[in-house]
Amino acid sequence: MSTMQFLFSGFGGQGILFAGKFMVYKGMLEGKQVSWLPSYGPEMRGGTASCSVIVGDEPVGSPIVTRPDVLVAMNLPSFDRYEPAVVPGGTVFLDSTLISRKPARSDVTVYEIPATKLASDNGIPTLANMIIVGKILHVLGQFDEGDVEAALKKVISAKHADMMEANLRALRLGTQA
Amino acid sequence: MSEKVLMKGNEAIAEAAIIAGCRHYFGYPITPQTEIAAYMAKRMPKIGGTFLQAESEIAAINMVYGVSAAGKRVMTSSSSPGVALKSEGLSYLAGADLPALVVNVQRGGPGLGGIQPSQSDYFQATRGGGHGDFHMIVLAPASVQEMAEFTVKGFELADQYRMTAMILADGTMGQMMEPVSLDLAVSPMPEKPWATTGTRMKRPHNIVNSLYLVPEVLERSNFERYERYRTIEEREAMYEEYRMEDAEICIAAFGIAARVSKNAINEARAEGIRVGMIRPKTLWPFPSAPFRAAADRVKAMISVELSMGQMIEDVRLATECRVPVSLCNRVGGMIPEPEQILAAIREAAKTGGNKQ
Amino acid sequence: MIVFQKPKALADVPMHYCPGCTHGIIHRLVAEVIDELGIEGRTIGIAPVGCSVMAYDYFNCDMIEAAHGRAPAVATGVKRADPENHIVFTYQGDGDLASIGMAETVHAAARNENITVIFINNAIYGMTGGQMAPTSLPGQVTQTSPYGRDVKLCGYPVKVCEMLSELEGPEYLERVTVNNVKNVKNAKKAIKKAFQNQVEGKGFSLVEVLSSCPTNWGMTPQKALQWIDEKMIPYYPLGVYKDRSGSAEVSK
Repeated sequence: MSTMQFLFSGFGGQGILFAGKFMVYKGMLEGKQVSWLPSYGPEMRGGTASCSVIVGDEPVGSPIVTRPDVLVAMNLPSFDRYEPAVVPGGTVFLDSTLISRKPARSDVTVYEIPATKLASDNGIPTLANMIIVGKILHVLGQFDEGDVEAALKKVISAKHADMMEANLRALRLGTQA
Repeated sequence: MSEKVLMKGNEAIAEAAIIAGCRHYFGYPITPQTEIAAYMAKRMPKIGGTFLQAESEIAAINMVYGVSAAGKRVMTSSSSPGVALKSEGLSYLAGADLPALVVNVQRGGPGLGGIQPSQSDYFQATRGGGHGDFHMIVLAPASVQEMAEFTVKGFELADQYRMTAMILADGTMGQMMEPVSLDLAVSPMPEKPWATTGTRMKRPHNIVNSLYLVPEVLERSNFERYERYRTIEEREAMYEEYRMEDAEICIAAFGIAARVSKNAINEARAEGIRVGMIRPKTLWPFPSAPFRAAADRVKAMISVELSMGQMIEDVRLATECRVPVSLCNRVGGMIPEPEQILAAIREAAKTGGNKQ
Repeated sequence: MIVFQKPKALADVPMHYCPGCTHGIIHRLVAEVIDELGIEGRTIGIAPVGCSVMAYDYFNCDMIEAAHGRAPAVATGVKRADPENHIVFTYQGDGDLASIGMAETVHAAARNENITVIFINNAIYGMTGGQMAPTSLPGQVTQTSPYGRDVKLCGYPVKVCEMLSELEGPEYLERVTVNNVKNVKNAKKAIKKAFQNQVEGKGFSLVEVLSSCPTNWGMTPQKALQWIDEKMIPYYPLGVYKDRSGSAEVSK
């Protein structure tokens, strides 16, 4: 991979920004050039949230992802909005618990993951985001327990250290989803 | 280089200010720069510093005036509408020759505008920023690393020249996270014999003041200040040249616009178009020399801005209109996409630029 | 033998105030207090915009000239730059403190900022030639209320001490005047207390001094002093509006 542009999107409160941060930390720890840019708006919870994540070997130019290689859509409005933007040959990861419609694009690879259902079935209802991240890493062939744990340590503050195990579990679940 | 950490641009400014020895921060909440205040609120009490949420932007800049008069490094930060409120204080800081660091994480305007990124305070920042003849040193970072480095640089220049340094960033720069090294060199603060710290009964009293009722005296103080400005113009202009060696089209862009332009330049180069960029890192003083030099080599220039065309005036002044300069812009919180800039480059390559 | 002496904290320069204006008396009282407390070397004064704009030339301590109304914010900065050592006072008129600078005044008081505010209330804008002030009395004739202040048109005067006394923040609020010897002595006591409070770390102390403006009131100096008794004091009663002394020290 030279440079990969990710767009994470969904509702505020779904951990969209967190998922993006995790990817960026992971990239940074592996010596990649990275950037993370959130959408920011007046709404704190429930509104649309997205973040641009770039991980690559070259210095990052524009940090704004308008043509994602990888789109994560965790709700229908985000999927509707960003599906057309994905580059041909790109990849889409969607939360099929919350998105019932089928993809319109045929030139992209789509993974439908019932992430919200999986998360609640497994007693980690707030971690649908990390289940999808686990899936992404699995698909990209980048899931390594050691790397993943190191990056999690960076994004999970000491105050929430008890969330480490649940996040790891979500990521592992994703690899099998 | 020390280990890099991931930080938001706003947080990098705050931490760099602390590294630069700033222990006094005053501000008023406004999106998209509030992380600076939040960071200071957390850190300052732990290092014996002062964070105070002021009752208004106007009060905040005047608290800055007070700390600066007392000889210490001090800062405030805001976003466009808030900086407009501070303009009274900016003028007084200039009139009293007081150093300060002011951060403007710009958002779209005019009026209440929006909260998305913008560069439309360029005129306000580079033409003084308040009533009367004066300038601020205006630094325009284009990465989180530069957010940190220019903050330190801003404090140093402010002290050296006894004036306000402004970081002119935008919502993108403030909100984005990138790895940043905080291994920042800070030069020692110069002596400030003019500061009002109490006479200790050992010297005549110092007066910090911008009132001169005798016009001859006021004129002299203006002349002297502009002598200093001339020195700054000669010494302190900073810029980056990107792929300019053989360029026949030159993009002028700063901050986020320069980041997006880099993508477009690389795409255009792949098409065989020889295009490069001069990225001002200081907007005042404006790096006129490289633009003047480029005007002899290139056939067209494109000013890429998140405004209705403000920096373009400085590009035209610097090049004395020897080459056509066109504008490629989005405003109101919108950011040009690389495709739009690429189209402008192709157009310039075809026609030699739009004569305006 | 008592010989007239100028306080050390007062500069030996001619002042620009009009004949009969009481700014001179109040400057002197402030300087006497600075002398008596031995704090000149660590005192920083903030001059306003208004008649006392050039107060920075009249005191021997370090001085700062502030933008119109912003003196309490500037004082906040100076104080917090070195709270242990700096003694900071503002000297402000009614337009400065109670009109354009009302927000700065109220919030410095609400924060119990450990500063001393000397507030000169002469019910008029003096320096600009006698316009209506936020403290001009109902019916008072000024350049911008030529038919007398009409409260239906422009509302009522602001009673600063009364208003601030409703706040939890301030340590000490007193209204005095300097229109006779007895009142001058009381004013000095109040000003001294306002500085002493700061030295002791007690917090925001404001002394409102009813002052005369013979020039813009269009009166002889003597008549102006009477006018304070007859017109101003009934509207702005003298006295202590707040004094928390004796209660626990406010931490800053």
